[in-house]
Amino acid sequence: MNDKEFNDKDYELQVRRNPQSLLEEYPRKGTNIQSTHYCAGCGHGILHKLIAECMDELGIQERCVMISPVGCSVYAYFYFNCGNFQTAHGRAPAVATGISRAEDNAIVMSYQGDGDLASIGLNETLQAANRGEKIAVFFVNNTVYGMTGGQMAPTTLIGEKTVTCQTGRDPDYAGHPTHMCELINTLKAPVFIERVSLANPLKIRLAKYAIKQALTVQKEGKGYSFVEVLSPCPTNLKQDVVSAQKFIEEQMEKEFPVKNFRNNLYTKQPVQRPASDFSTESLDKIFNVTRDGDSGYVDDEINPVSIKVSGFGGQGVLSAGLTIAQAACAEGKHVSWYPSYGPEQRGGKSNCSVVISNETIGTPVVDDIDILIALNKPSLEQFSQDVKEGGTILYDAHIGEFETDRDVKVIAMPCVDIAEEHGNARTANTALLGALTELGDVLKRESYENAIREMFASKPKVIDVNIDVLHAGAEWIKNNS
Amino acid sequence: MSNQMVKGNTAVVIGAMYAGCDCFFGYPITPASEILHEASKYFPMVGRNFVQAESEEASINMVYGASGTGHRVMTSSSGPGISLMQEGFTFLAGAELPAVIVDIMRAGPGLGNIGPEQGDYNQVVKGGGHGNYKNIVLAPNSVQEMCDLTMKAFELADKWRNPVVVLADGTLGQMAEPLVFPEKAIEPKNDKDWAVKGNAETMDNLITSIFNDFNDLEDFNFKLQEKYAKIDEEEVIVDEYQVDDAEIILVSYGISSRIARSAVDKSREKGLKVGLLRPITLNPFPVDRIKELSDKGVSFISVEMSNGQLLADVQFAALKKEDTYLVNRMGGNLIELKHVLAKIYEIAGLDEEIDTSKRSDEKASPNIID
Ligand SMILES: Cc1ncc(C[n+]2csc(CCOP(=O)(O)OP(=O)(O)O)c2C)c(N)n1
Ligand code: SF4
Ligand SMILES: [Mg+2]
Repeated sequence: MNDKEFNDKDYELQVRRNPQSLLEEYPRKGTNIQSTHYCAGCGHGILHKLIAECMDELGIQERCVMISPVGCSVYAYFYFNCGNFQTAHGRAPAVATGISRAEDNAIVMSYQGDGDLASIGLNETLQAANRGEKIAVFFVNNTVYGMTGGQMAPTTLIGEKTVTCQTGRDPDYAGHPTHMCELINTLKAPVFIERVSLANPLKIRLAKYAIKQALTVQKEGKGYSFVEVLSPCPTNLKQDVVSAQKFIEEQMEKEFPVKNFRNNLYTKQPVQRPASDFSTESLDKIFNVTRDGDSGYVDDEINPVSIKVSGFGGQGVLSAGLTIAQAACAEGKHVSWYPSYGPEQRGGKSNCSVVISNETIGTPVVDDIDILIALNKPSLEQFSQDVKEGGTILYDAHIGEFETDRDVKVIAMPCVDIAEEHGNARTANTALLGALTELGDVLKRESYENAIREMFASKPKVIDVNIDVLHAGAEWIKNNS
Repeated sequence: MSNQMVKGNTAVVIGAMYAGCDCFFGYPITPASEILHEASKYFPMVGRNFVQAESEEASINMVYGASGTGHRVMTSSSGPGISLMQEGFTFLAGAELPAVIVDIMRAGPGLGNIGPEQGDYNQVVKGGGHGNYKNIVLAPNSVQEMCDLTMKAFELADKWRNPVVVLADGTLGQMAEPLVFPEKAIEPKNDKDWAVKGNAETMDNLITSIFNDFNDLEDFNFKLQEKYAKIDEEEVIVDEYQVDDAEIILVSYGISSRIARSAVDKSREKGLKVGLLRPITLNPFPVDRIKELSDKGVSFISVEMSNGQLLADVQFAALKKEDTYLVNRMGGNLIELKHVLAKIYEIAGLDEEIDTSKRSDEKASPNIID
């Protein structure tokens, strides 16, 4: 535009000094699109204008996203000329977190009343502040729930009358006013915290300065900023302009001191967040996916096998089961591994089911057991009844004698002794797996070896001893059955 | 190898990441916590966003915010947390935002316990929050599907601008099975023209569920129902096992369907004609297929870990009568006598025309939001 050529509208805007960051008209409002929906003398309108002026002056309008809360400012999106969100009651700081994390360059503003911010959304408020989210929060403290008809708010003053404290707020019944700046000032992360007042034109100018600082923190990506605004609600407090001003200056400002609580704008470094990487290569790398080898299932005919491994937590029951499953997976078998469910404690009972098949597996929970591996007495007693006719029970010989009159093969194996001979008693479970390699022809020995290498990839020192014990277990069973 | 032994909960994270999910927000709860753990580990490894939220209310609202920017985003939880998220579900549905929510169900009501159950069916499939909305619901029954259906959930969420729930249970989350990894990762374009990204191109956009005008809200509600009808038409997925000659059909989803499948095999060994119909989409529900089988005269057994919540849908579908009707208004508008009469006359075959095209201007309450 040629700035010498003013048409009527530009001239009018010049006179009204309507900031560009506010819309000229409010089509989203539907009717009466020239005026706001706020009551005469309301603080919301003033604050909107101050924020918009700062957006203009900082040249950040395009980057801005305004969040309208629930409360009288629910329609802030009628007015702000930038990206807009409307949210649920009290959740604006969480929504702001989501926006800011997803779009690092966005300047996110959470505009909230005292019911919204300090009551239903207090948790979200404090947590977002404590995380130091890159958001600016504008908090309108008007001591009441404006929109719903002037109920008591967390900020209602002692003795102040509202429709839900009709004889005045009594601290013995309704507690004391909540001081949000002071609360937030107990947290380390916030960069900027200030309380301002809209009581008179001078204070309004000072308020604007604080808003601008809060938005500068955002422009520079430095973190969390919070501005509490003492604001009139003449409608609900049944005040005219003069008495509203008096109320703010003589009562609110006493309870809520107007001051800067923190300003680290000049010392705080910007919070850097990396760009997201969506490439297949990067994902394949973090999940160890190699794409050259063959994948998928191999269609060998095998008889489905159901294995239960059981013992105390800490005896390597779950990892033994997983080693079997891993070996089966590597051979392209269908396999499922299902751990006993619940918080597993050391010393508590623990078991897992493994089913191996050449076709889709039905239930992964094994009730009819082909092979039971038991590492302690209670589980041997509990599960031996579930072993099928013709099945096998393989157990730690230290448990002692175990007999059954059913057609079940019972093997007591000195697995702890074998493990100790190799200098690591904790490999007793591996000795039992070694026996398993000789018991059926379901899986190849080297598949178990590879599975052990994978299972212990993060503890390479114990790989060799486990493989030795695996072999020793297999040898033992060859010589003893 | 692209074939690894993986736990169900981990498979969810793998599916999400290959689907191009950019942000994960979540709060700990057994038996879904492992998803949170794995997301916290893997998302930052590739520069993606992970936030441990202060509550499930916060998680779902972070999802709302991040989804509004057009990125692919998700959260996960279990019963008690899903109950808390219901506010967020209805806001997502009302603002037509895509989102993926994984529910690893546990036993309730109340704190219940951490064992597997399927009692969240109604709160997830039927809505759960206020208003005339529905989630799309996918029900995996294997580790492979935990991954694949999570990927599919992102696709459907974007396609329909609707929340999509992956409804699984503690067993599926805990068990491990071989996972064939996705062939390749999706690199999301984020070309959603409704998104608000904090830049010049998207400045005019607004994410909201507010429609002040009753008629606008009623129109929006009807539009939503049209969308759901299309989803019913296009997106039903059902897995059938030995159904063709079956006289008894088990209807079951999730881990229950694995057990049901074993039951089919055992029954067939005894010469019984039993089959399994497994809805993979719980919403849309395979109503037409069940009705068709019902008309053939089969018996249904709902195999579920809940108090007949699935059974009610099976019964509804099986009996689905042609001659049931609906007269309704939405958006804050009152039912008008003429609409009711028009439907009565139509059904009775009465030859009397009533003009229902004009909406009454009578409003039952003032036009404000609070
Ligand atoms: C979950 C929920 N609970 C209650 C309401 C009703 N409600 C609307 S506005 C409001 C109070 C807002 O007060 P405040 O945050 O102080 O904003 P003000 O109107 O004073 O600016 C309430 C309780 C709602 N919309 N949603
Ligand atoms: S009720 Fe109070 S806060 Fe709401 S618009 Fe009116 S003056 Fe402003
Ligand atoms: Mg208020």
